[in-house]
This record gives sequence, structure tokens and C-alpha cells, in this order.
Amino acid sequence: MGETVQQPTVPEQAGAPAVESTAGGREPLLEVDHVTLRFGGVVALDDVDFTLYKGEILGLIGPNGAGKTTCFNAMTGIYQPSQGEIRFRGQRITGKKKHHITKMGMARTFQNIRLFPEMTALENIQVGADAHHKTSVISALFRLPRHRREERDGLEKAKRLLDFVGISDRMHDAARNLSYGEQRRLEIARALATDPVLLCLDEPAAGFNPAEKEELLQLIRKIRDQGVTVLLIEHDMRLVMGVTDRIVVLEFGKKIADGLPAEVREDHRVIAAYLGVPDDDVA
Amino acid sequence: MTSVREWIASGRHAVSDRWHDAPRWMRWSVIAAVIVFFYALPNREFYQWLGPIPTTGSNFGQVLFTVSIYVLLAVGLNIVVGFAGLLDLGYFGFFAVGAYTVAVLTSPSSDLKTLWPWLLALPVALGLTMISGVMLGTPTLRLRGDYLAIVTLGFAEMIRVAATASDFLKGQRGFNQIPHPPGTHADGTPVFGVLDPRPYYWLVLTLIILVVIGVRNLNRSRVGRAWISIREDEDAAQLMGVPTFKFKLWAFASGAFIGGLAGALFAGKQNFVSSQNLELLNSIIILSAVILGGSGNIVGAIVGGGLVAYLIERFRGIEVLGIELYEYRFMFFGLVLVVMMIFRPQGLIPNRRRAAELKDRRKEVMVGG
Ligand SMILES: Nc1ncnc2c1ncn2[C@@H]1O[C@H](COP(=O)(O)OP(=O)(O)O)[C@@H](O)[C@H]1O
Ligand SMILES: [Mg+2]
Repeated sequence: MGETVQQPTVPEQAGAPAVESTAGGREPLLEVDHVTLRFGGVVALDDVDFTLYKGEILGLIGPNGAGKTTCFNAMTGIYQPSQGEIRFRGQRITGKKKHHITKMGMARTFQNIRLFPEMTALENIQVGADAHHKTSVISALFRLPRHRREERDGLEKAKRLLDFVGISDRMHDAARNLSYGEQRRLEIARALATDPVLLCLDEPAAGFNPAEKEELLQLIRKIRDQGVTVLLIEHDMRLVMGVTDRIVVLEFGKKIADGLPAEVREDHRVIAAYLGVPDDDVA
Repeated sequence: MTSVREWIASGRHAVSDRWHDAPRWMRWSVIAAVIVFFYALPNREFYQWLGPIPTTGSNFGQVLFTVSIYVLLAVGLNIVVGFAGLLDLGYFGFFAVGAYTVAVLTSPSSDLKTLWPWLLALPVALGLTMISGVMLGTPTLRLRGDYLAIVTLGFAEMIRVAATASDFLKGQRGFNQIPHPPGTHADGTPVFGVLDPRPYYWLVLTLIILVVIGVRNLNRSRVGRAWISIREDEDAAQLMGVPTFKFKLWAFASGAFIGGLAGALFAGKQNFVSSQNLELLNSIIILSAVILGGSGNIVGAIVGGGLVAYLIERFRGIEVLGIELYEYRFMFFGLVLVVMMIFRPQGLIPNRRRAAELKDRRKEVMVGG
């Protein structure tokens, strides 16, 4: 990749030395820099600060309503932070258009599946592949060479991705007719079609049984092995332990832990958050 | 009752499946036969064998011309409503821009006195309608559904009021002596004359074929996928890298272009354009035609536009029990719409995917019950 290594401008938090030990010398890909996001009176993100390094699988966990999805929404340009900023590949992305952020290499899936229900599985992925296509309306109207070339490439890529996530047999079925699990996979394939550097998965295993969850983890590892950095939101803490390199824990919009899975598991605040023990009791 | 409907439905699915599985050459020959049929249709030697199909109350060639204009309009509006999912209630406004641009530039009653030939005014009319589409779209396409509907309705009404009230646009007196499209026969008589409506119909028919090829190309490209993704889930489309605003503007501009083309053709045939041609109802009729035919499907739009315009004309001159049916045409039209929405909400020829969806839902209900 051609981009320059950014100076780590983010001041490391005192409570998270693990970041430096595991990622020392690595290139930051995404920097969430003291981001606060309010919805009226609700503070959905409260001074959240973490860095994602190239090539890792980072887990973003926390109880329901902790602000995980909101964090994705801020990263992908749906919401603008009230304070702080987000940098991706060294560039400030707060205020950028959503489709620009996608073109820069960030792709995501949704907690509540949001496919294009009446388009076929193949077409859904083709839309993702179109993110980097430049065919103009004129070129499409007269089927000029660029249109044909990009169309052929997009189709080939879409078929490859369908195969990669294992739903080739549903190629020509409308997305809404796919099973729940197939839809989740299709969403991942569609996101991958935009050629992301960073793939953000919002509870991709929600509603899966243990066997399906295991298959999904395999898939996530396969994606990482292809050089894609993964940010994985998960509600179920045990699930992320096996696959993530590092974990950031949110609770009520605040980051309460950031470190290796083993460390996070032992963290008393995390245990308290997951067991629902009030903070006072822990302290 | 249900069983009859099931039977019809299954028959139709069989036809549709057979169509999609048929070899290429067979499909092309069917399409060619249909095209030949419609080119032959306005000839008396041909339509006299078609029983009750030709209209009795008015010149059949003239009716076919009107029908073909509506088909063109339905194909254009289908891009906006059917593909991109933008509810445009003022589509007829673009027709008006096209017709009036031609009128102002060519008619001797115009203040401009440019007296251009029709063919020279045509590209200007098309350009202006596209620009008006972009101008209307730029501020409004950021709005969602219902707002867009109201603003577009206002646009068409604005044009109608301007045409009625402004001196420059001549109100009800209108513009006359608008020139016809160019061309002469070997014997020196013009191809596009005053008496015979057929050449105009053939011209529009030819343009419909070209427009349909263009729209089909767009629909099967990045552009069409962008439109449909916007219709399905605009936010998700944006997050998948679709520049939604740009493609919504293109949908508007392409629709406007086709509407303007229809308007310019109408002006070139009619010789006369006035504010009386601009009823609000026209926008609604075209929208109903698109929905009736099967929103999001090009063939559906063609059938819908053709059928609606034809049926309205077919009522002319028919009397039942002393009642002139033509007077009640819109009541029947409304009735048909209501019945359609109850029994066949997806339209006569739904887009394939939507048909599958509805079939599915029925299955779900059956499993649930
Ligand atoms: N659009 C919104 N408007 C108002 N409040 C919101 C909105 N989106 C999220 N929230 C609130 O922000 C908090 C965090 O929500 P969310 O990010 O969805 O949590 P998580 O994904 O961790 O379960 C919740 O209290 C939620 O109610
Ligand atoms: Mg969430």
C-alpha cells in the first residue's frame, strides 16, 4: 500500500498499556480520537478513543445499548461526532460523504440485515463491486467498451465472492428469499465486493447456533488472511475470544477496557459490566 | 373464485417461464412479430380484420398516435418511479416543457418570431427539459418520499399556471402553425402532413423502440443497479459506495428527457399547443399507467401506458342506455385501478423479482395458517 505511516497522534490512555505491547510499531489504520456523540440527552459515545492496526481482528464488545453500532455509524459517516474526530488511513473522515468513505476502503454489514431485497444475490454483490467502477450513463447507454469491461469484471468478482462465502447455489434468487444465515453471508460478500481495507461486521453471528457461529469464525479468519483488517462487533463475549487479536469494551458509551482477549476477560470492570454488577460495588 | 385465480396465475407463470427459457431466436422472432404488428396496425387493410379493436368514434390512426405518446411517457416515468423509486406526481410538467419549447421557437404566434424548423427546435427542447429536470431535482431529491411527491406536483401545476397566465406563453389562445417534422415523398408532398396521422405514429413507434433499447441498456448496467438499490434501501446503497444523489438526478434527467421528447413530438403533430393541453390529470394517468402495468418493468410500462390511453379513447362514441360512456371514462378508470390494487397490486406484468416476492408471501401466509 502506498500511504505513509501516520505519526500516532492519539495519546495512549493510561489504562490501556496492552495496545502498545501488542501493536508496537504497527501501522494504525483507523483512529477513533476521543469521540463523543450525543442524541439529544443520550450520550451514545462518551470520549471513546481507540486505534485499530492494520491486519488485526479487533473485537468491539459490550452489553446491549453500549454504543457499538453507534460507533460504526460514526465511522461510516451516518452520524457526525459531537466532539473528537475519526481518521482512516491517516485521513480525517468526519464530514466526508458515505460513499467516499466506502471508496476509501471501509465496508460494513448491518446488525439488522439491510440487503437490497428484490435484487438477486448476484446483483447485490455487483452493487458493491460498482463502488470502484467508473462507467458513465453515456457509456452504459451505448454499451461502450468501458461498460462491458467493468460489467464483466464485476460479474466475475461477484461470482467469486458468492463462492467465497459459500452461497453460489443461490446466485439468481432474490435476496429476500434467502435464509437468514445466507443473508448474513451475502451481506459480508457485498461488503467485500467494495474491496475494503477494513471490514466492519455488526453482530454477524446474531441468531446463529453454535455450529453456524463456528463456520462464521472460519470465514472471518479467511477474510483476515486475505489481508483485510476486521472490526467485529459482538455481543457474546465468548465468541470473540477465539478469533480476535485485541478487544475494546464499551459500556454506556464509555470505553472500559482495551487489550488482549485474555486480559480483557480478567478485567473486573468488564466482568461487572457483563454480570450487571453496579460500578460502585466493583470499585 | 380463488381456484380460478390460481389457475390464471399458474398459467401466467408457465407463460413467463416458457418465455424466459425459450431460445434466443424464438424470443427475437416473437418480438419482431409484435413490432411488425404495431407498424401495420394503423392501416385500414390490416385493422379491418381486428373486430372490435379499432375505435369507432374517432380516427384509429389518431388514437394510435395518442396511445403511442402515452406509452413513451410511461416508459420515461417508469425510470423515475419504477426503477429509482422516486414518486414524481408532476411528470407531465416535462411534457409541457418539451411541447412549449418547440412552440415558442417555431410558431409564428410566438413573441420570439424565431420561426425555427421543428427539427432544430427538438434538441433545444430536449436539452431544456433535461435542465428543468436537474433544476427541479437538485433541491428536491434530498427530500424523502412524500415531500418529493408534493414538490413535483407543485412543479407541474406551476408550469400550467405559467402557461395559462403569462402573455409570453399565450394562455388558452396558445401557439398555432407549429411546423411538422421534415421530410418529403418522391412526389414532393410532405411525409408529415395535416390529414394523415399515421406517419407521426410510425415516428413515435420508432422512437419508442430506440428509447426502450436505451433504457434497457441502462437498466442492465451499473446505472440501473444504482437506481434499484436506491429504491430498495437508500442508506445501504450509499454505504455500498453508490453516489445516490447523482444517480437520482440522472433518473430525473433521463425521465425528463423522454417526457420532453413526447412533448416535442406532440407539438410537431398537433400544430397547436395551448394551456388546455396541460391538465393535472395527465400526470396522474401516466402514473396509474405505470403502476397498472407493473412498476419497475419496461414491458409493464409499455402495456400499462398503451392500455390506459387506448381504453380511454375506446369509450369515445359508445352509448349505453343513452349514456355517453366517454363522459364517464375516468370513473371506469378509477374503478379499474381500485379493482387492480385489490386483486393484482404488483401490476399486470410485474417485475420478475417482485412477483416472486408476492408468491412467497402467499406461501408464508399459507404456512402460518
Ligand atoms: N438514532 C438514534 N437516536 C437516538 N438514540 C439513539 C440512536 N441510535 C442509538 N441511540 C442510542 O444510543 C445508545 C447506543 O445504541 P447502540 O449503538 O445501538 O448500542 P449497541 O449497538 O451497543 O447495542 C442506546 O442508548 C440507543 O438508544
Ligand atoms: Mg448494535
